[in-house]
Amino acid sequence: MMKISSKDYINELLAKGARESGRGLLDYRNIGIGLDRIPHAEGSAQVDIGNTRILAAVKITVGEPMLDKPDEGVLMTGAELLPLANPEYEMGPPTPEAIQFARVVDRGIRAANIIDTKSLFIEKDKVWCIFVDLYVLNYDGNLYDAGTLAATSALLSAKMPKYENEEVIREGNLARLKTNGVVTSCTFAKIGDKLLLDPDGSEEGAMSCNMTIANDEKVLRAMQKGLRGSLKPEELNSMVDTTFEKSKQLRDMIKKAVGE
Amino acid sequence: MTEKQQLIIDGKRVDGRRFDELRPIKIEAGVIKNAEGSAYLEWGDNKVLAAVYGPKEAMPKHVQDPNKAIIKCRYSMAPFSSKEEHGRSGPNRRAIEISKVTKEVFENVILLESFPGSEIDIFIEILQSDGGTRAAGITAAAVALASSGIPMKDVPFAVAVGKVGETLILDQNYIEDSGSDADMPIAMLPRTNEIVLMQMDGSLTKEQFASAVAMIAESGKEIGRIQREALEKKYKQVSA
Repeated sequence: MMKISSKDYINELLAKGARESGRGLLDYRNIGIGLDRIPHAEGSAQVDIGNTRILAAVKITVGEPMLDKPDEGVLMTGAELLPLANPEYEMGPPTPEAIQFARVVDRGIRAANIIDTKSLFIEKDKVWCIFVDLYVLNYDGNLYDAGTLAATSALLSAKMPKYENEEVIREGNLARLKTNGVVTSCTFAKIGDKLLLDPDGSEEGAMSCNMTIANDEKVLRAMQKGLRGSLKPEELNSMVDTTFEKSKQLRDMIKKAVGE
Repeated sequence: MTEKQQLIIDGKRVDGRRFDELRPIKIEAGVIKNAEGSAYLEWGDNKVLAAVYGPKEAMPKHVQDPNKAIIKCRYSMAPFSSKEEHGRSGPNRRAIEISKVTKEVFENVILLESFPGSEIDIFIEILQSDGGTRAAGITAAAVALASSGIPMKDVPFAVAVGKVGETLILDQNYIEDSGSDADMPIAMLPRTNEIVLMQMDGSLTKEQFASAVAMIAESGKEIGRIQREALEKKYKQVSA
């Protein structure tokens, strides 16, 4: 059963600089990355951050290019907040939350040029299409960092099918999908005047806003604030600093998992 | 846009602006008779209508919050708004995300606790688009809300910063946006410099990020002046 602690309790602890899990304000929970959970997909990764669990799967198919980019392949990221993952998630079409989640992960991957879509061109009106699907299997906060870790790991470990005589070949000896670099994100919650890295579900229930910052080794790649609260420029600068510090361990985890 | 065109020539931008110069902005408040508050905004070649309805009883009943008003927000681009293809009508995924983050801006500034059980509807229609439409929409909706008399703690403004090579540029138009190496729209409260909307994608160093935020805060003085003038003009008309 998912345990949700009250806002008051979270605030009371934070006033003493403490978190329910005993972590420091800028510590992650335990992170695990498991690859190839779905062998039918070209790439897949399951990421756990504490009790949050996300499965990312990559399918690669041949299809038509986008109208405005006829000489480039297609990269698409979708996300499902599955009702089985959280009593709060409802059945039905994707909610604004799910859409925002998918789009923010997508922007990080796209902005970091992990996939060179120009290299996915096959012939006129025929390109490789890469679909990244994020399946939230259990919710306990911080979907964004788990989602970016899972999507990046799945892409970096994906196998590239071949296209021969109008047929997609997914079996046999296949090379890996060509990728460049590693992107990760660090997500913060603002509760009162405190900034916490990697909020869990109870902390997200108590936060006024959150901030996701995606970066690679050199630069910021994507950022998004969520919810009603506000942030001061100094707070943003300090979160940017923390992101550059903390992201190295995340990149190393991905590299280790995919064997780079 | 497949080929990147040169966006800075001899230290000037494609439309002749300085790097930190806004496009011309015009705002007129009170343009939609049926609405409680409204504004028409032209920002460069962007043309935007914003209207506010309510506070009224929140419907359906299960969405009501007994402690405060809820906000419904719709950002939408007209299918004819772009210079290029005819768009599809109805909200796409991009519009749904922009509607959500725009709603969150106004949840911050409106004194929601003044209207328990109510809803306030904010509609933003992009009639013509030329880059920076979410910022234009928020800036217009802020004037529409203020003109409706709904109590707010501040009047937010929004604008984006982009990057060409290593040069930051304020308020990209569509051509600049298409070729820009970064896009960072921000909405701010001018009195406190609090950031209420923040999105970014592309590539920015830590230092460029801090400069971009400062550039946006500075531009708020000009945008805020134009917002205030629109409101003053409306009330002078009413009292005349």
